[in-house]
Amino acid sequence: MKRVLLSALAVWLPFSASAGEWDFGAEVAAELRYFPNDPSFPGQLRHVQPSFSVQTDIRWETEDRSHQLVVIPFVRVDGQDDERTHYDLREGYYRFNADNGWSLTLGAAKVFWGKTESRHLVDIINQTDSVEDVDEEDKLGQPMANLTLLNDWGTIDLFVMSGFRDRTFAGIDGRPRFGAVIDTDNPIFVRDDRRKAVDLAARYSHYLGNWDFGISVFHGTSREPRFALTAGGQTILPVYDKITQGGIDVQYTQDAWLWKFEAIVREGQGDVFFAGVGGFEYTIYQLFGSNFDLGLLAEYQYDGRDEGFVLENFGPTTASPITFANNDVFAGARLAFNDMQDTAILAGATVDADDQFLGVFIEAERRLGSSWTAELETRLFLNADPGNAAFPIRADDFMTFRLTRFF
Amino acid sequence: MRLHKSPFRAKTLTFAAMTALISAGSALADDPAARGETPESQKGYDLSARSDRSDAGYGDSKVDARMVLRNQAGQESIRNFSFTTLEREDETVGDKSLIVFQSPRDVEGTALLSHAKILDPDDQWLFLPALKRVKRISSSNKSGAFVGSEFAFEDFTITELNKFTYAYVGEEEYGGMTVDVIERFPRYEKSGYTKQKTWVDQDIFQPRKLEFYDRKGELLKTLTLSDYRDYNGIWRAHTLSMVNAQNGKRTDLVYDTYTFKNGLDSGDFQQGILTRLR
Repeated sequence: MKRVLLSALAVWLPFSASAGEWDFGAEVAAELRYFPNDPSFPGQLRHVQPSFSVQTDIRWETEDRSHQLVVIPFVRVDGQDDERTHYDLREGYYRFNADNGWSLTLGAAKVFWGKTESRHLVDIINQTDSVEDVDEEDKLGQPMANLTLLNDWGTIDLFVMSGFRDRTFAGIDGRPRFGAVIDTDNPIFVRDDRRKAVDLAARYSHYLGNWDFGISVFHGTSREPRFALTAGGQTILPVYDKITQGGIDVQYTQDAWLWKFEAIVREGQGDVFFAGVGGFEYTIYQLFGSNFDLGLLAEYQYDGRDEGFVLENFGPTTASPITFANNDVFAGARLAFNDMQDTAILAGATVDADDQFLGVFIEAERRLGSSWTAELETRLFLNADPGNAAFPIRADDFMTFRLTRFF
Repeated sequence: MRLHKSPFRAKTLTFAAMTALISAGSALADDPAARGETPESQKGYDLSARSDRSDAGYGDSKVDARMVLRNQAGQESIRNFSFTTLEREDETVGDKSLIVFQSPRDVEGTALLSHAKILDPDDQWLFLPALKRVKRISSSNKSGAFVGSEFAFEDFTITELNKFTYAYVGEEEYGGMTVDVIERFPRYEKSGYTKQKTWVDQDIFQPRKLEFYDRKGELLKTLTLSDYRDYNGIWRAHTLSMVNAQNGKRTDLVYDTYTFKNGLDSGDFQQGILTRLR
């Protein structure tokens, strides 16, 4: 990583004398989480979890935008969970944009692939920063070399990556978590030293009429770990396998309807498996003659990965990474007020078609003045049977209030 | 899943859009249905066509814009954005445009790319910088408010000459100028308006004032366009004030200096550029 940054710097320095524009920004957020229920496991925080985060945003680019430098460090200090106190270089890269449509990105970057809302199956480049939230939408910066080729017939992205990022997990004080703590200091890499090994990925994306689509392939270390139980189940070790994954993502846009679908096939974690998610987003504009827009969303989630445990030489291990989304139905609504403060509310629920486990979320956001935002998020884990992977977190319903100042 | 921190109510904004607001050049062949049959409708059409054509050949343009929203209580909210457009290459396709927000800071970097069509709905993509996500969005919301302002999407987008029928009302004095007053009636579906009334000067043929009438036929809002500047024959208003007559809210749209013919081409408006804007 350091080397990548230094070489980026070496490329960049000669240009620093030429005309370029600096841009500095920052977001500072104070956050309070409240868990109304007593914890299920010893060691866990009881009810209140305060924390504080800072993300600074440093950018430089030449006037013609052919050279760009971006550095975005992030740090969180958590009042309860030491594992949630962490820092990350969210982005730290140099990019060269050529006149004729190609670009090369060197350094830590974030990349998103996909179309659906309730689950991001195809999105695989960046590791999930799961201590940030349970929705898997916070990502760690991934060191990479990324060549992008823009053509009339679509975009090709090629990735060479190294410097594997471990998934973050709650510590002993943290909620939600399993009964045993996941020991992120002692991960197991199954085939070789995957941390230094090279991951490869490619994606082709384009649009034709009302269709937008992407086709992608990834070969390297799985971002999702399996879990090995050790010391008689007292600790859980993350197990990272070498996988190959193919993915497609498609959206069909027709008037106020967005039809979305994603699917993957993955090899390397138990039997080869298929997983898919598909559904729609329909927006009613100016609801009942008001300024409000109401978006209605529904998606079905299927995942055919192996369940249960297998015996590895390091102990009993889940046959595949745990997912809640094996046969689930998601429904949600997004209400945009379209006011000066961009007030919006998003609510949704995912129900497991097999055992009726219900995950519910409600998120509301509003700008205060010109440089503050207030957010309120609620996450509920309802109706979890002992057989459901979510059973250990059944008491971990929580609300988050976040106040962010933008500079 | 996250809220889309988007200043857009996820919709449309196209054609020569804000730059030209009603004066965008649409050198399409005359449409007999739009031109009508009465002398009033034909004169209204011909005068509008002259205004329209004064914009042809602008090539591409870049401009920074500042939108000041004010509510009844006088509270202000400011949006800054850059606005880039590419004139259509021929009559079979529409203009392309790109808006990138600089402020409010919480939506900084949010971008909207539009490929306007002549008959079909426009193609539009939203870029959400926090997730690095590019999302194709619907362009069917015409009468909705643009970023919470008093401007509706259709105020920017529906600049095509042939999307209206016209009626010439007469001459008037306005701001020391002699102007032609023309009424126009949307022919496209889902408009929030039954009628628009335009005041077009006889010197440089640019709209100076517009009134928008709602579905009940009542005055909804008034737009005044001022500070016109000449860029080698292409005229651009630099201050646009929209006042809502029904709720007292007001939005001022102020443009910085335009630059034209920046050498942009369709490659600068491909969907794939959204992830490398900043």
